Amino acid sequence: MDQALYNSLVDISDSPAARAGKADLMLDRARWAATVFDRYDRAATMAIVDAVAEAAHAMAGEMATKAVEETGFGVAEHKKLKNELTARPLVEHYRDQDFVNSRIDDARKIVEIPRPAGVIFALTPSTNPVATLNYKILLAMMTRNAIVISPHPAARAVSIEAATALARAAESAGAPSGAIQILETPSIPLVEAFMTSPKTNVILATGGTPMVRAAYSSSNPAIGVGPGNAPVFVDTSADIGAAAQAIVASKSFDNSILCTNESVLITVPEVENQLRMALKSAGAYLCTEEETAALRRFLFHPRGFNVEAIGRDATWIAQECNIRVPANTRILVTPITQIGVEERLSKEKLCPVLALHVAKTRTQALSQARAVLRLTGAGHSAAIHARDEAVIMDYAALVEAYRVVVNAPCSQGAAGFATNLAPTFTIGTGFFGRSSIGENVGPQHLVHWTRIAYNADRKVPFGNFQGVTRAFRGQLPTAPADGVPGTAPPRYAAPSAALSPAPSAASSLDAATKDELRRLIAAELRDLLRK
Amino acid sequence: MSQAKTEFLERSKTFWNPGKTQDWIDMGVDLVIDRREGYHLYDMDGRRLIDLHLNGGTYNLGHRHPELVEVLKAGTERFDMGNHHFPALARTALAEALQAVAPGPNFKYTAYGSGGGEAIDIALKTARHAAQKKKIVSIVKAYHGHTGLAVKTGDDRFSKLFLSEDAQGEFVQVPFNDLNAMEDALRGRDVAAVIMETIPATYGFPMPEVGYLPAVKKLCEKYDAFYIADEVQTGLMRTGEMWGCTKYGVEPDIMVTGKGISGGMYPIACVLISERCGGWLSEDGFGHISTMGGAELGCIVAMKTLEIIQRPEVRTMVQYIGDYLRAGLDDIMAQFPDFFIGIRQHGVIMGLEFNHEQGAKPVMKHLYENGVWAIFSTLDPRVLQFKPGLLLSQADAEDVLRRVAIAVELARDEVMGSRRRTY
Repeated sequence: MDQALYNSLVDISDSPAARAGKADLMLDRARWAATVFDRYDRAATMAIVDAVAEAAHAMAGEMATKAVEETGFGVAEHKKLKNELTARPLVEHYRDQDFVNSRIDDARKIVEIPRPAGVIFALTPSTNPVATLNYKILLAMMTRNAIVISPHPAARAVSIEAATALARAAESAGAPSGAIQILETPSIPLVEAFMTSPKTNVILATGGTPMVRAAYSSSNPAIGVGPGNAPVFVDTSADIGAAAQAIVASKSFDNSILCTNESVLITVPEVENQLRMALKSAGAYLCTEEETAALRRFLFHPRGFNVEAIGRDATWIAQECNIRVPANTRILVTPITQIGVEERLSKEKLCPVLALHVAKTRTQALSQARAVLRLTGAGHSAAIHARDEAVIMDYAALVEAYRVVVNAPCSQGAAGFATNLAPTFTIGTGFFGRSSIGENVGPQHLVHWTRIAYNADRKVPFGNFQGVTRAFRGQLPTAPADGVPGTAPPRYAAPSAALSPAPSAASSLDAATKDELRRLIAAELRDLLRK
Repeated sequence: MSQAKTEFLERSKTFWNPGKTQDWIDMGVDLVIDRREGYHLYDMDGRRLIDLHLNGGTYNLGHRHPELVEVLKAGTERFDMGNHHFPALARTALAEALQAVAPGPNFKYTAYGSGGGEAIDIALKTARHAAQKKKIVSIVKAYHGHTGLAVKTGDDRFSKLFLSEDAQGEFVQVPFNDLNAMEDALRGRDVAAVIMETIPATYGFPMPEVGYLPAVKKLCEKYDAFYIADEVQTGLMRTGEMWGCTKYGVEPDIMVTGKGISGGMYPIACVLISERCGGWLSEDGFGHISTMGGAELGCIVAMKTLEIIQRPEVRTMVQYIGDYLRAGLDDIMAQFPDFFIGIRQHGVIMGLEFNHEQGAKPVMKHLYENGVWAIFSTLDPRVLQFKPGLLLSQADAEDVLRRVAIAVELARDEVMGSRRRTY
């Protein structure tokens, strides 16, 4: 539609009324879709989920390349992997969980009926645009919710293309029209209109802190998560070689664009040299004091982190800082002596630069790890490489993170891809991180349960709900367009049929008799009305 | 009823229209609309009604749609009605926008009225000029408005009162869905135009039989008559497409759109004219003059109305609303098969048929008492006009069904006695 045809004389497209109108229309459509979706049974639901996962898998590589082209962030090969992980494996992880049928708890005399949230308004970031989009859409489909995606403007084109393809796949598999929608012109005021609309049932916010705080301030239920800044502790009990391999693999994975990436490596003097050697042989470049200073200036501008560096290759960043590194360098390691506000390199770095701090003792190391998360990233992720369970327990109980990855790459591990945590692209940062959820966000967070609760008194029997299910009426039948060839036939209930003694008798009446009968009944009705 | 309302109704009788005011009271509908928002009306005593009347689609997008309010306000910063003699920015812009969505490639011009009747008169005059013939054929129980020519095309219920019925045999009426009668009327080749509401609204939405409207168009071509589509109530996405005639496969020569095009905010009606029929606009452009027809503020609102209606979400909404209400109404019909006997439907144009010659009136009354405003069909009171808006929310639709089920049962009990009959 050519907007100029309508707006050339008076253009209100930038008014609050226009923004609210846009939001209302998409959210009302989503509400209709959610209403119909709630009629679907589990088989119909899973058919849609599988179709969307297949579509996401099939275009994983293409979307990865396009995401890197559009945003300049990350590594296409790694993005492809993430796009794939958020397709089939995500569905497999939740395949056995039923968010459609009711469940019976005989012991507690309770029956639980899943009730989808309804309309989800989901923000997706520029850093992991397609993987997050896949993930949020699949969560919504598993739980029979409608979802409206608001992509980050920097990843707008690829997000629209991906969401449109997934919506098409979903609808081809029977999803209600509008169950998946994407906001094609995201802007801060427009996003606010969606977030504050009473037509939004829950906001699923992944993005920068201001956006997450805005979601929580919207007056609507929100699942928003804070930033990361994961400390990783390498203990004396660790397999140092394996630890270095895992850390370098994690930091270089998609150039550290996952918010679960290790930010500050902490160790103790006993294993420092061994660790430095192992890091080098794993592809890390250890910077000198001058080089570290150059990186500090380059990465941290007075107004914050240099977005130019987000998701860039280690060699590119080194070149920008005039640091000569071997061509096969995967990450840059910057030794730091302090942790806290005075050392900017101890903050979150969405690029393959890892700070290295050597604490005097194990106790101090743990205290420094806590300090990393106090600076930023509270409630998010932490990692440890150790074989001593007591150390692992001390570390995990001390750091204010809701997931502590052990002997594995943290980027992938905390997000559930190298551990058995739930695969996610929304890391619940819980109460430490000013969020409502402290675990990896999953479909279970998009459904609430109606609980049928019987009298606890043993004398009152519990009902037998085996085989008792609510009705799943499926798709709405298409209403006829009377008189248009090919639409459903008129479903008029002929009065004669309704008023006749029995269907068999009615069918035996000839047309003339039927007319006569109709006339008699009409006359009788008129008489009744006069009285 | 509040004292204030009683007093107001007296004033209404004294100063405005005693007959109409009293008739509504007699029908059990003591409605005085005060506040209005979306699809909700509020009686001056504060009672809320869900509006399923919408004045024939005038409030398609709801009452006081915020974007229409905004565009009208913004429009007043620059425009007023405009000078109807001169080329005008807004009139031309709307004409261009209408041509882009016209129901066929042959449409070229738009002429403007301030309301549907005036637009119909323009359409009839345009056809007469182009055909150089006077006769107009319409449908028995047709309704095209109350102006000079329009009123003659309709049921004489509205013309005789004013001694304004056709006396020269220039206006012929034939039964709807009767192609033989139509052909008989056209055979003499003395007919300028056939004017058809795509689905006759005031007649209770009898639906055109499959193939009827295209066959009428073919007959028009065969006997040199023009086809005027009155899309006042069927246009603007109410059938799920921009124009109802398109759904039936008809490309008219002239098309009239009114009511909804105004957004319910500023009066305007439009006549879309094909090149073949638009000769008078070149021959004598001053031939029809209307000071308020196509008022520029109305054009500004109409353009925003057209833009909103064409958003892709609206099409899905109409589909959902139509399907959902139909499924629910089918359930209700199954509960009261001896009273609620039929549903006529195309998109969100619906007529509910009751098994009594005045059956829609008690349903209307009980709906009114139960918070829904829908009106009976003046020319077929067995049928209730059931006209949900294009943007009706799911919550409102569900609430409508709940209230309809209650009202239909009450009306049935009133008409047929409270005990269910088992014939």
